[in-house]
Amino acid sequence: MYNGGKIIIGLLIFVGLVITPFLFSGEKATAKPDPKVNTPEILKLPESERKCIESKEYMRSEHMKLLNQWRDWVVRDANALYTSTTGKQYKMSLQNTCMKCHSNKKDFCDQCHNYTAVKPYCWDCHIEPKEES
Amino acid sequence: MSTSRRQFLKMIGASAVIGLGGISAFEILQPGQFEASQLSKNPEALVGKRWGMVIDMKKLDNETMQKCIDACHRIHNVPNIDNPKEEIKWIWPETFEHAFPGMESKYMSEEIEHMQFLVLCNQCDNPPCVRVCPTKATFKRADGIVMMDMHRCIGCRFCMAACPFGARSFNWRNPRPFIKEENREYPTRMKGVVEKCTLCYERLAKGLKPACVEESNGALIFGDLDDPNSEIRKVLREHYTIRRKSELGTEPSIYYII
Repeated sequence: MYNGGKIIIGLLIFVGLVITPFLFSGEKATAKPDPKVNTPEILKLPESERKCIESKEYMRSEHMKLLNQWRDWVVRDANALYTSTTGKQYKMSLQNTCMKCHSNKKDFCDQCHNYTAVKPYCWDCHIEPKEES
Repeated sequence: MSTSRRQFLKMIGASAVIGLGGISAFEILQPGQFEASQLSKNPEALVGKRWGMVIDMKKLDNETMQKCIDACHRIHNVPNIDNPKEEIKWIWPETFEHAFPGMESKYMSEEIEHMQFLVLCNQCDNPPCVRVCPTKATFKRADGIVMMDMHRCIGCRFCMAACPFGARSFNWRNPRPFIKEENREYPTRMKGVVEKCTLCYERLAKGLKPACVEESNGALIFGDLDDPNSEIRKVLREHYTIRRKSELGTEPSIYYII
């Protein structure tokens, strides 16, 4: 092999450059999100009532579609109440219903949104709950 | 085999039927998604076919007017920006010649000439702002409210150009720093959207009358213009009323007793 040494060194530098981001990505970026649901408002509820409007799995994967639908239903069709699959009725409101229980935006919303690099623009207009610290 | 015109049409019909079936199959494959039966109106909500308002200028003094304005701007997080080029207003005082151009005359009563008139979005029956909005962010609800869907507004300001009453304001900057005390139950707006009075749609949904009406000590009468037995129709029957720029044919739903 002509110039074998140089080629190998070059290759090593190349591989090194390629894997740098992986080496230097701190634990922060790879730490799994762990959204907290232990807000005072939720803890106040009796154990059996500590449920979101739909199942955990559904909310986890579909909450964005649900919110999207809610905003159209409320603003455009003038409907105010949502009947969940359990038959309970909820007022459709991000600020007054969702965030009333989940008053910990940083530990609830932002955890996953930061992890998945999703930046919803809800909070440009809707007022996020007041949090300590 | 050549296809006759008849066969071709049959084929088109059949594929249309299959196509429609395909749509319902798609819905079956996504069960439990959003069903229309999942939503309902608040039973306490005020219902009307054509909301309107009468502003009785004989009863409305400047102090009550300011109270109405403050109440509206407070609960809707309307920012208080001093620069008139950037200000946001939903309901504001206006002079007679500005509110009713073309109706003023040379020898008019001085009292009316110097009176401050309370003006707001006229909730027109034939709203030009709705016609020009390219995204349907401004639309007319079945109950006559000309609504803004802030989620859809792209800030093109066609509606501002179309509105003959100047009832719309554009957010040139982030309004949040200009809100003294946020009402945490109502959103603010963001930079780059147009906003206006929405006749307190969020209060109607709770069964409450608009905030300005509540603050006005009876000078503002709110009700269903389509209902001949409503209070507002009674007031309209008994008094001579004028509307702003009625010659333009936008059919405002706000009437003034002078």
